Amino acid sequence: MNEEIIIAGFGGQGVLSMGKILAYSGVMQDMEVSWMPSYGPEMRGGTANVTVILSDSRISSPILKMYDTAIILNQQSMDKFEPFVKPGGVLVYDGNGITRHPERKDIQVYRVDAAEEAARMQSPKTFNMIVLGGYLKIKPLVSLDNVMLGLKKSLPERHHRLLPMNQAAIERGGEIIYKVEA
Amino acid sequence: MDNKKDIRLMKGNEAIAEAAIRCGVDGYFGYPITPQSEVMETLMLLKPWETTGMVVLQAESEIASINMVYGGAGCGKKVMTSSSSPGISLMQEGLTYLAGAELPCVVVNVVRGGPGLGTIQPAQSDYFQSVKGGGHGDYKLIVLAPASVQEMADFVELAFDLAFKYRNPALILSDGMIGQMMEKVELKPYRKRWTNEEIKQMHPWATMGKPAERERNIITSVELDPNAFERFNHKLQDKYRKMQEEEVRCEQFNCEDAEYLLVAYGSSARICQKAMELARAKGIKVGLLRPITLFPFPTREIQALLGHVKGILSVELSEGQMVEDVRLTVEGKVKVEHFGRVGGVVHSPEEVVEALERKIIGG
Amino acid sequence: MEVSIKDIIKPENLVYQKSSLLTEKPMHYCPGCTHGVVNRLIAEVIEELGLQQETIGVTPVGCSVLLYNYIDIDWQEAAHGRAPALGTAIKRLLPEKYVFTYQGDGDLAAIGTAETIHACNRGENILMVFINNGIYGMTGGQMAPTTLEGMAASTCPFGRDPERDGNPLSMTEIVATLPGTRYVTRQAAHTAGAVRKLKKALIKGFNNQKENKGTSFIEVVSTCNSGWKMTPVQANEWMVENMFPFYPLGDIKDK
Repeated sequence: MNEEIIIAGFGGQGVLSMGKILAYSGVMQDMEVSWMPSYGPEMRGGTANVTVILSDSRISSPILKMYDTAIILNQQSMDKFEPFVKPGGVLVYDGNGITRHPERKDIQVYRVDAAEEAARMQSPKTFNMIVLGGYLKIKPLVSLDNVMLGLKKSLPERHHRLLPMNQAAIERGGEIIYKVEA
Repeated sequence: MDNKKDIRLMKGNEAIAEAAIRCGVDGYFGYPITPQSEVMETLMLLKPWETTGMVVLQAESEIASINMVYGGAGCGKKVMTSSSSPGISLMQEGLTYLAGAELPCVVVNVVRGGPGLGTIQPAQSDYFQSVKGGGHGDYKLIVLAPASVQEMADFVELAFDLAFKYRNPALILSDGMIGQMMEKVELKPYRKRWTNEEIKQMHPWATMGKPAERERNIITSVELDPNAFERFNHKLQDKYRKMQEEEVRCEQFNCEDAEYLLVAYGSSARICQKAMELARAKGIKVGLLRPITLFPFPTREIQALLGHVKGILSVELSEGQMVEDVRLTVEGKVKVEHFGRVGGVVHSPEEVVEALERKIIGG
Repeated sequence: MEVSIKDIIKPENLVYQKSSLLTEKPMHYCPGCTHGVVNRLIAEVIEELGLQQETIGVTPVGCSVLLYNYIDIDWQEAAHGRAPALGTAIKRLLPEKYVFTYQGDGDLAAIGTAETIHACNRGENILMVFINNGIYGMTGGQMAPTTLEGMAASTCPFGRDPERDGNPLSMTEIVATLPGTRYVTRQAAHTAGAVRKLKKALIKGFNNQKENKGTSFIEVVSTCNSGWKMTPVQANEWMVENMFPFYPLGDIKDK
């Protein structure tokens, strides 16, 4: 198993932390993992992206050109990364703010309207966990138990009271994600 | 302290800090610069002065940092600093004094693109500065190139071991990619810091206050007698030759049957590993040789492959620095070319394969 | 009976003896130079306080670069201007030891300004000795940050012109404003009385380290008769007339 993922969106959407939680979940499941962010001034409110790799074997390059899965959270990222999903790969996106929807026919496209759902659940900060839950429904590479362990490791202890809320968001993401037929 | 197997997901920079505390470092002196500020930030959060007694100090500049390292190293203490390219340039004065005074220490360079203020994105364009001396005079640093977060952690201890073995500064040459990426890392158990008594035993040259029974210790790099200074320079060169004989470290992948060889270190080696997989899938017999020590350079190891290797692509995030050492090694026996993106652009594995086909196989 | 010189050189006739911490190595300083006196006083103070085994000195670049040849303690030789950075680390890693730096005006007040100010501002618990003779002695008499207005040096042969060269820098007053300094004084070593006062200041600088209350900083207004192109006596007179008005002697801060 070797899953190469790009997660991309605005700074502040929790892109990097979502990647970290996913990677930490992989660690808890005894996988090899890497988490490679874009860093720098662009992170201050601009676009942010992170490459996460989960694998059974030693990971070679943490920087990639083509991805098994792209998780896209804004239009700029859609424009940038849609072409770099491997044929047959997966694109997960949130429809909020998207004006040009995915156009490729050789990939599987899923939509999870996490921003809308987070607003409805009145917990906007769990937005990225709804997305993560959606992704894990499509690619159940790590168990929910290990995701929760990864989440616990990633969050500072003072935020551990928020774990149940995050778990609910992950589960909700799995319920609301749907396949966009080509 | 908890000494059971400790596996974490962390950034390369954070791993440096954790490893420093765990391997019994006495002092860290640094100055913030992107992309390595997490080293000092992590140390400050972990407050090792409350546990191991390690001193952590933010200096007024990189110049002060490296000279604090000199002061601490002169006392036989395990001291280190970290910075990124522009800051490392400022440290070159201190490094040549450290080398001239034969002081052990560890310096980490999380390289970013230059010249000048350049970019905060990763690069490998400080190779010459690292392996050819960097400051004035004939000297060498021991240069280790980690290619993973695990190695960022492990090489702190290795660098100190080598630095003290040879009484020479050791440099960990990383880059923004290895510094900023997170990977799984197994942290080693805590080791006690050396006591002052242990230091006096192990490092009789250290300035710890002169007891009546020994001569005074003087840490210096001044020698005004030309003949004596020539002898001293020869002694340094003997030391560097011994390192070349005994301390070369490298990793080889698929080199046994390779017709073509990629030579790359650090982050580029990771990318080349993937490139090698892609090329092998296309039926090209490619191997990868990853120097772990850049000084001493794996000369013999590369030469040993020249019986079956027909061409070498040296891949680094620079305009072509290490390629000169590869060419010196190969002595014209096979074709050697350079490939690398610069300015903070990182080459993709696909680009490396394309360059190999264009510059070596087809060229 | 005729008295021979050998009859006079006897322990019971001894009126002065060099400190046992001063080595047998002949000093390289020019005759008349202030460095020799200050080196001797430091050796005496360390000996009298019984701190040979407890002291680590840091030497600078400049005329006193070879100071480690003269006093029998452990030493570190710093790069130009960086002595306070070395001193900082030595003291922090060996807090029970006594640490002092010894620097000239070019070292402390030009190339090492940042290291000086920040060591003092952090209140490093060390003694900093600052030899100010208004000129670069070792490199052959160039202008120093402390060269007086109108004073000639090889890089301002017609005298320091503030319009072109900037003004002489009073580093000691500057560091006295920093909360990290505990004891800041300006002394000299041109008369027996001045030497006695300087020695007291040095003793204080060492003793202060027992209490960890900040940096002790002692400037010694000095002569460089070779650089000034004067006899030692003329140099002392010139210093009194010209240096002391701009660099007045006395304690600036003692808390």
